[in-house]
Amino acid sequence: MALILKLHTQPDVPLEADCICPDKFAQLSLQQVEQLPVFHGNRQVALGDFFHCSGDNDGHIQIEGDISKLKHIGSMMSFGSIRISGSVGVHTGAAMSGGEIIIEGDADDWLGPEMLGGRIVVKGNAGHMVGSGYRGSTVGMQGGEILVLGNVKNETGHVMRRGLIAVNGNAGDFTGVNMLAGNIFVFGEMGIRTGAGMKRGSIVSQTEPQMLPTFSYACRYRPVFLTHYLSYLVESGFSIDPDMTRGEFERWCGDSVELNRGEILFYTGK
Amino acid sequence: MYIKLSNGKVYDPVHGINGEQRDIYIRDGQITRKPSSNTKIDKVYDLNGKIIMAGAIDIHTHIGGGKVNIARMMLPEDHQADLVSRTELTRSGCGNAAPSTLTTGYRYAEMGYTACFEPAMLPSNARQSHMEMADTPMVDKGAYAMLGSDDFFLRMLSSKKDQAAISDYVGWTINASKAMGIKVVNPGGISAFKFNQRQLDLDEQNSHYGVSPREILLSLIRAVTELGIPHPLHVHGCNLGVPGNVETTLDTIKAVEGMRMHMTHVQFHSYGTEGDKKFSSGAAEIAEAINKNPNVSVDVGQILFNQTVTASGDSLHQYAGHWHAHPKKWVIMDIECDAGCGVVPFKYRDKNFVNALQWAIGLELFLLVEDPWRIFLTTDHPNGAPFTSYPHLIRLLMDKSFRNDMLSTINKEAAKTSTLGSIDREYSLYEIAIMTRAAPARSLGLKSRGHLGSGAIADITVYTEQKNKEKMFSTPDYVFKDGELIVKNGKIVKVVNGGTHILKPEFDKGIEKSLKRYFDDFQTVSLGNYKMHDDEIIEDGRGKVIVQPCM
Repeated sequence: MALILKLHTQPDVPLEADCICPDKFAQLSLQQVEQLPVFHGNRQVALGDFFHCSGDNDGHIQIEGDISKLKHIGSMMSFGSIRISGSVGVHTGAAMSGGEIIIEGDADDWLGPEMLGGRIVVKGNAGHMVGSGYRGSTVGMQGGEILVLGNVKNETGHVMRRGLIAVNGNAGDFTGVNMLAGNIFVFGEMGIRTGAGMKRGSIVSQTEPQMLPTFSYACRYRPVFLTHYLSYLVESGFSIDPDMTRGEFERWCGDSVELNRGEILFYTGK
Repeated sequence: MYIKLSNGKVYDPVHGINGEQRDIYIRDGQITRKPSSNTKIDKVYDLNGKIIMAGAIDIHTHIGGGKVNIARMMLPEDHQADLVSRTELTRSGCGNAAPSTLTTGYRYAEMGYTACFEPAMLPSNARQSHMEMADTPMVDKGAYAMLGSDDFFLRMLSSKKDQAAISDYVGWTINASKAMGIKVVNPGGISAFKFNQRQLDLDEQNSHYGVSPREILLSLIRAVTELGIPHPLHVHGCNLGVPGNVETTLDTIKAVEGMRMHMTHVQFHSYGTEGDKKFSSGAAEIAEAINKNPNVSVDVGQILFNQTVTASGDSLHQYAGHWHAHPKKWVIMDIECDAGCGVVPFKYRDKNFVNALQWAIGLELFLLVEDPWRIFLTTDHPNGAPFTSYPHLIRLLMDKSFRNDMLSTINKEAAKTSTLGSIDREYSLYEIAIMTRAAPARSLGLKSRGHLGSGAIADITVYTEQKNKEKMFSTPDYVFKDGELIVKNGKIVKVVNGGTHILKPEFDKGIEKSLKRYFDDFQTVSLGNYKMHDDEIIEDGRGKVIVQPCM
């Protein structure tokens, strides 16, 4: 049994709801949860003005209704789970360090920025800046995993340093821009300038991306480690060409304007 | 409407009033003489024993313009660590080293400041600076236009154009950018950096234009004098932060041959090369030169130990400093081929020899320069420290035992080489009133500010005298802006917008002919769009233009 938040009034303007987080709900009664402050535009109101609260407060939260106007859900969370039945707004799971967020619908921009650990699963699409660093930050995602079964937009994994971002669909431009380390998997098409300014890390793609001139061809091989990753992703619900686990990949090094220790791997067929 | 501030201890150096108990009357935003006895007084504040000074004026603080915005953009950690919630009156904001505009205005007012001057407004960036200043509430604003490394001026100088034409260009620039004065940053050095020079001393030549900083300096000072700009040329000299630059600074003082000059953040220009570490204090020599040359005024640019961000037009020396960036990120950029900009976050550490000595050098300068009318209290916000540390700085100046306590906590070697411990001087409240009120107003030509005489604008700060001067100066009892109560017990009670001080010096409009040709050939915007109009400051209903007379 989880704590169920049911939307009864749709907010007119975005609602800053960083209080929807197992850490902030801990030890509170249902009445107290309804009293938690949220910002409706620039006015402070109570969570109960928008949500009915029921169930058990056991660290698991289930949100029902269209909450695409809710920002900062699960920010800084360190344990438990949040299950969202529809779509969710921006900054979901910002700087989270543990626990799990499962989104049945779509996620907006800034999904899991500067995340430290934990897991985010999106069954639909996600927006720009998935697992990235805030503007001006030199380090973005530092751990954990973000799995998106649909598509994502631009700058996925910007300045990421550790962790896994996997996208079953397509990605926009600048995937892995300035990334320091970590793994990004994209099983659809990628936009332009993939891996621009990357220092280390791996970007793995099922299709051949448009390569920047600062990337150079290294070799063709069958990376063993990918088998483990791919079987894990299949377990997590990804639909992946089964031949890929045994297939050959082309390896390109870059970005030579930086350290040149990053790699882009793409599948070349059997 | 009459307001009476009854029986406070008044510190008004312009009129030589040193802590005498007096009544002050305010009518319609101005200080006025005592009205006749049958006049109705609408509001009386009983200030028995409280300290009354004019509203403080910050002569050099980076509160607007491109570089501050870059600093804001570059430092999300600065924002996250210092969030300010909205209240019924004030809006939300964030940031300590580079606070958002609204927060800047609120914090200044809560410390008793009623006017702030942005020292580095690039004319091509003037619109942005004025927009940001319009968004800085509570205080009056103004800005100095930056010249000296711009292509048009350097071309004029290298082709030996008439001084009169150069003065016209300077006058045109002040009018076009709605400025309050002229600042020169590392004369010619920002331009030299782009031609791969990595240092430029007073008599070295810019390799492209073949002119030296000395020529640039003298030409601009003459222009400022000819145009009758009240504030002397605001000089950020050569060799900022370079050990041994004390010689350059002394040469600069000699170079101006008795003409008026304001040397800014002089602490960064007072370094010698003695000792094992080849870094020592030149404060004594600089202070002696300032004491001997009444034509020179300075502000200090004191550093205080903490995380801050340095933002300067001096791209040459910011580039040299980028190795010490903390956190490790920095920006050096060119702006329209007319100047540069460098933003480098920095953490001053009390256990670091160089930083500790810098701290001591700043304080030595404050204490060794005898005339408080010619030395102003600044930290070169945010370069030395955020402006919110002014009360702490005032305590360091007014309280010798506190100063010595602090001295004993810094790097031992630095403390040993400094003469700070042997200086007994303590600033009095009267001297603080001079250096933070009367003197900046006089230097800027603000005749109706910085004093409490009849006819002055009623910008007034009231403090309760306390032994801990830091506490005293950080929470004024009352602050009045244009006669309205805006702060009570260190908290804002009314939000006002303040005006923008500008100058409109006379110049020969004929200069626009050659400027038009230059703009058509080289600039990214047309001459007509480059110029700002008063309306742009006023039009959204918040701003107000206050035109100050030229001499």
